[in-house]
Amino acid sequence: MSDNVILKMRNIHKRFPGVYALQGVDFTLRKGEIHALMGENGAGKSTLIKVLTGVYTKDEGEISIDDQVVAIHSPQQAQNAGISTVYQEITLCPNLSVAENMYIGRTAGIRQNWKKVNADAEKILQSLDIPAKATQQLSSCSIAVQQMVAIARAVDMDCKVLILDEPTSSLDEQEVEKLFKLMRDLKARGVGIIFVTHFLDQVYEVCDRITVMRDGQLVGEYVIEDLPRVQLVSKMLGKELDDMGDISGEYRTYEHKEGEAPVFEAQGLASDSGIKPFDFHINKGEVNGFTGLLGSGRSECVRAIFGADRVTHGSVKMNGKPVKITKPIDAMRHGIAYLPEDRKVDGIVGDLSVRDNLILAAQVLKGFMKPFSKAEANKFADEYIKLLSIKTASADTPIKSLSGGNQQKVIVARWLLAHPEYLILDEPTRGIDVGTKTDIQKLVLKLASEGMGVTFISSELDEMLRTCSRLVVMRDLHVVGELTGADMNQSKVMSTIAGGEKKNAE
Amino acid sequence: MQNKNKSGIGAFFGRLVRQQYFIPLTALVLLALFNLIADPAFFKISITTNSAGNAVLAGTPITILDYGSELAILAIGMTLVTAASKGQDISVGAAVAIAGSFILRMLCGGDSSSNTLHMPIICAFLLGCVVAMLFGAFNGVLVAFFKIQPMIATLILYTAGRSIAAWFNNNELPIIKDAAFSYIGGFIPGVPIPTPFFIAVICVIVITLVLKFTNLRLYTEAVGINENSARLNGLNPAAIKILSFVILGLCVAVVGLIKVSRVSSINYSVIAKDIEMDAILAVALGGNSLSGGKFNMATSIMGAYIIQFLTQTLYKYKVPSEALPAYKAVVVILLVVMSAPTVREYLSNLVKKAKVKEAA
Amino acid sequence: MKKKLALMLAAGMTMASVMGCGGSGDAAPAAADTETEAPAAADTETEAEAPADTAAADTEAEAPAASGEMIKVGIINNDPNESGYRTANDADLKATFCAENGYDASFAYSLKNEEQINAAQQFIQDGVDYLLLSAADTSGWDSVLQDAQANGVRVILFDRTIDADPSLYEASIVSDMRAEGDKAVEWMKSQNLDEYNIIHIQGVMGSAAQIGRSDALTETAAAEGWNIIVSQTANWNAEEAQQIVQSVIDSGESFNVIYAENDNMAQGAVAALDAAGITHGVDGDVKILGFDTNKFALEELLAGNWNYDGQCNPFQSSYIDDIIKTLESGGTISEKTIIMDEKGFDAETITQEDVDTYGI
Repeated sequence: MSDNVILKMRNIHKRFPGVYALQGVDFTLRKGEIHALMGENGAGKSTLIKVLTGVYTKDEGEISIDDQVVAIHSPQQAQNAGISTVYQEITLCPNLSVAENMYIGRTAGIRQNWKKVNADAEKILQSLDIPAKATQQLSSCSIAVQQMVAIARAVDMDCKVLILDEPTSSLDEQEVEKLFKLMRDLKARGVGIIFVTHFLDQVYEVCDRITVMRDGQLVGEYVIEDLPRVQLVSKMLGKELDDMGDISGEYRTYEHKEGEAPVFEAQGLASDSGIKPFDFHINKGEVNGFTGLLGSGRSECVRAIFGADRVTHGSVKMNGKPVKITKPIDAMRHGIAYLPEDRKVDGIVGDLSVRDNLILAAQVLKGFMKPFSKAEANKFADEYIKLLSIKTASADTPIKSLSGGNQQKVIVARWLLAHPEYLILDEPTRGIDVGTKTDIQKLVLKLASEGMGVTFISSELDEMLRTCSRLVVMRDLHVVGELTGADMNQSKVMSTIAGGEKKNAE
Repeated sequence: MQNKNKSGIGAFFGRLVRQQYFIPLTALVLLALFNLIADPAFFKISITTNSAGNAVLAGTPITILDYGSELAILAIGMTLVTAASKGQDISVGAAVAIAGSFILRMLCGGDSSSNTLHMPIICAFLLGCVVAMLFGAFNGVLVAFFKIQPMIATLILYTAGRSIAAWFNNNELPIIKDAAFSYIGGFIPGVPIPTPFFIAVICVIVITLVLKFTNLRLYTEAVGINENSARLNGLNPAAIKILSFVILGLCVAVVGLIKVSRVSSINYSVIAKDIEMDAILAVALGGNSLSGGKFNMATSIMGAYIIQFLTQTLYKYKVPSEALPAYKAVVVILLVVMSAPTVREYLSNLVKKAKVKEAA
Repeated sequence: MKKKLALMLAAGMTMASVMGCGGSGDAAPAAADTETEAPAAADTETEAEAPADTAAADTEAEAPAASGEMIKVGIINNDPNESGYRTANDADLKATFCAENGYDASFAYSLKNEEQINAAQQFIQDGVDYLLLSAADTSGWDSVLQDAQANGVRVILFDRTIDADPSLYEASIVSDMRAEGDKAVEWMKSQNLDEYNIIHIQGVMGSAAQIGRSDALTETAAAEGWNIIVSQTANWNAEEAQQIVQSVIDSGESFNVIYAENDNMAQGAVAALDAAGITHGVDGDVKILGFDTNKFALEELLAGNWNYDGQCNPFQSSYIDDIIKTLESGGTISEKTIIMDEKGFDAETITQEDVDTYGI
C-alpha cells in the first residue's frame, strides 16, 4: 500500500434487525484528497459513516488509520483517532454561544478561560469568513451559518479525517462556494475529506475520487476523471438512467376548460412569518413553483397558503368560492395538502409506524370517532408502499428507521391518501437519491395530468424548470416576478432573482 | 436466567427481552416466585363473612386486586398525560382529595356527620367527575396554552389542592353513615369480589373500547412524538393535551369516590398522599417512556398491580416502618434500571451471545 | 417529598377566620381584615400605629375596645388543614383571641420553619405584644427570639417546644405525648386480657406524637410480655392503616388489640375488620384504641365500637389567655413548661356530654 493512505476500512459488516446494512465494504482515503461517497438513499453511506465515527459498532471488519489498526466504539474514540464529522442535521447546542459550541467537550479539566476561548473562536470564524460573532447565541444564526460553525468546530480539532455528511443541503450557492474554498484549503494541508452529498455538480467541482455504494455493497472506487456523470448515476442506480429531459413529454397535459375557476386563489395573503402580501393562483392540472434564494420567502408563501403560520392578511378562494383558512385542518378540509420543507421536524412522526404515518392525514380528515379499521389501514399501507416502491421491512417499522428518501415517500403517500385537489410539495427532493427524485417529478406530472393542481418547490432550479409550467420568483419576502413559457430558462430566472427590473411583478 | 440448552428457548428469550411486557412480567414472576418459596400461604384465598353478613373472598391476592385497582385507574390517565404532554401530573393526590371532598360535601349536604344521603350517590359522583375534570382542564390549559412543563404546571394544584379540598367541607371531616355508600370501597352484598376491582375492570374496558373505536391513541402519540407534524396534519395539539388531562381528571374522580368510600370519610392532608408517584411509577414500570410518545396501556395497568403486589409483600414480611421506603426504593431502582433501553439492549446482546455459544 | 407544602389560600383563610370569631357584631370584619393581611409580607402601617407599650391593665374590658387598648398578638401556627387536631386548635385560638376578648390577633400559617421564622420577624416589626408560636421544627429559632426579646415582644410557645434557651420565652404549653401513651397502655393493662396480641399502627415516623405513643407501648409490652404482632407506619392515613390490618388478617395471625396512634388510622383499621367480619369494641373480639378525641371517634366509643380514645388537648388558648393576663397584671409565671390536662375515654364510661365537650 502506498504510504499516502490515511484511512483504510476493510471488509466492514453491519447488520440491523431485518437489514444487512453493510456487506463487506472496503473504503480507502488518502492524504490531501476529497473523496466523494455516493449512493442512493439506503445504500449504506450513512451506516458506513456512523461505523467510522463510532455511533454504531461494526459487526466485523477492520479500520486502520496511518496503518495502525484502531478500535472505535464511541464518537469520543473516533475524535481521539483524528476523525471529525459534520452532519447534515445540526448537532450543536442552539442555546449556547458560537464559541461555546466550538469548544464544548474539548478541554481537559473544568477550568476554562472564556476570554481566550472567545478570542480564539473569533479568529477562526474570521479566517473562514464565517459571518458570526463568537459570543452570539447559536440559535440566532441562520441554519447555514450554524452549519459552518459546525464545520469550523471540526476543522479546529486538528483532524486527519474530516467527514462532511450532506453539509451543503441547507446552504445557498455562495455559502457552498465558501465551503468549497475551505475544503480545498484543508486538502492543501493534507487533511483527507470524505464528502457525502447528493449534488452531482458539487462532486465534480471539488472531488478527486469517488466511492460508489449500492444496497450495502461496494460498487467501486474511481478517479473522478475516469467516471463521467452518466456512468456515475447508472452505477448508483445499477441501471441506465431515464433521459430526464423527456419526462414532461410523457404525460398528457390536463385539458383546462374554459371558464373554470382556479383551484386555489389568494389575494394579498400574508402571515406572521414576515412574508409580504402576495397574490397567487393555481389552475386545475397546473404545476407551478415558487423559486428564489434560500430565505427569500418561498416556503413561507406556501405555509401561509396552508395556514401553517398565522395568516394576518388576505382572502382566499377555492374553485372560485371564498373560504377561510386559519389553521392546517381548514386547508385540509378544503382539499389542500402540504408536504413541509423540513421532513424531520415537520413531516414524520418518528416513533410511529410507516402505516400510522401514512394514514395520519386521511385519518384526521375522517374524524376522531371514525378510525380506519386495521384491514383498511393495512390495505392503504400496502397499496402505497407498492405504488411508490417504499423500501421498508414492513408497514409496522417505525418511520425513523427508514432512509431519508423513503421517509419522504411515506409523507408524499400520506398526502396522496388524503386525495387533495391542490398539492403543495416544499423541497420533496431534498436529500434524496437521484432515482427517487425522478420518481417524484414523474409523479407530480402524472397527478397534474389527472387534474390536480401542484405547487412544487425545489432548490435545484433545473428540477423546477423541468416540471413547472409557471414560476413565481421571490426575493426578500416579496414576489418579484412570474415566468412562463419561453421565459422559463436558467438565465431568466437568475436575472429575475438578482433583480433590477420589476416587470411581471404582479 | 434459565439457560436451557435449546436454541428455541434462546430465540424465545431474545424476542421476550425486546418486548415491552418483559419488565413488568419479570417483576411479577420474581415477586410471585419469592412469595411462593418464602410462604405459599401468601396466595391462599378463603371465604369469610364480613360484618354485614356477606360471604366474601379474603386473602392477599384479593387485597392486591382491591387496593391496586385505585392505582390502575390512575395509571390509565397518567399514561395518556405522559404520552401527550411529555410530562407527568403530580397533582393527582391533591386532586383525589378535592374530588373525594366534593363528593362527600354533596352527599352530606354540609353536615359534619350525616345519617342520610342528601342526593343519590351517582349524582354526587357525576358532579365530582365534573369538578375533577375541570381541575384537570385547568392543568391541561396551563400545559397546552401557556407551555408550562407539566410537572411545574401541576405543582400549583399539588400545593393548593388539599386546602381546596378542606375548604369544600369547611375544614370539617364529614362522615357518611350509609351502608350503600360503603359498598363502593368494599363489597356489594352477595358479590364476593371487592367492588374497586370491578370498577377498575370497567375503567379498563372503557379505555380499551375508546382506544379501539376512536383515534385517541394515534392522535395522542402523534402529538407526543412530533407536535409540529401533528399540527400540520390537521390536529390541534393543545386540545389533545387538555383532553388527556381531562381524562386523568375523570380517573381521579373515580379513585376519589373509592377512597372516601373505604372509610366513609376523608382526611384532606393524607388521603391519597404520594399516590401520584406510584401512578407515575406504574407508567414507567410498564416500559413506557416518560418523555412521551408511544404508549402501552396494558403494561401501565400491570405496573400498577405490581406496585401493590410489592407493597403487600413488604407488609407481609413486616419490614420495619423506618426501612419501608428504602426497600421500596431499591426494588423500584432495580425495575426502572432494567427497563432502561440501554440495559434492555445489553440483555438482548447477552441472549444473542448465549445463542452463539450454543451453536458452537 | 413527605413534607406537605403549605398554602395560604386567602379565600379559605378568610372564611375560616370569620367563622372562628363567631360573627360578632361590628368588630368581626375588622379582625378578618387584619388576619388576611398579616400572613402576607405587606408592612401595613395601619397596624403599627397602635402604640405597643400603652396596653394598660384594663384589658379585662369585655366590650370591644379601640384598637389602641387591645393586646396585639401574632400567632404562628401550622396549616389548619394538617389534621382535625390542628383545625380544632386553630378554631380555639381564633375564638379566644378575637376583638371582644380585647385581642388584636394576626395569624400566619406554615408547615415550613423558614416561612414561620419570616412571619415571626414580620410580627416583631409590626410591634405585636405577644408572639404565640407552634413551631414546625424544633431548631433555628434562637436569633429571631432574641430579636423578639430586644423589641419587647413576649413569646409563648404552644403545642410544640423548641430547642432554645428557656429565657427566650415566657412559657411553653404542651401536650405530653408519652403521658398520653402511658395512659392508654395503663388502660390496656387494666383490661386484664388473657393474652395481648397487638397490631401497632404508627404515625409518621419521627413525629413527637409517634415517638411518645410508640415508646409507651413498646416499653410496657416488653415489660409485661405482650406480643406485638406487627408494628408498621400508616403515616396517619386511614387507607394505609386499612391495608396493614388487611395484610395481618390475610396472613391468618390472630390478634386482639389494635393500638392506632390516631383516630383516622383506627378508623381505617376498623374498616378492615368489618370487611373481614371480625368483631370489635366493647362486646367484640378486638379492642380498638385511638388518639386525638375526634368527634367521630368519641361517637364510635359511645356506640361501643371502639374501646378507648386518648385525648391530645388542642385547647391551649385558655392557658395562654391566663398567662397573658397574669403577665399584663404584673404577675410572674412560676413554671415555664405547662403540661395540659389530658383525658382518656373508656367506651364503658363515656357520656354524650363528653362527646360534645371534648370531641374536636
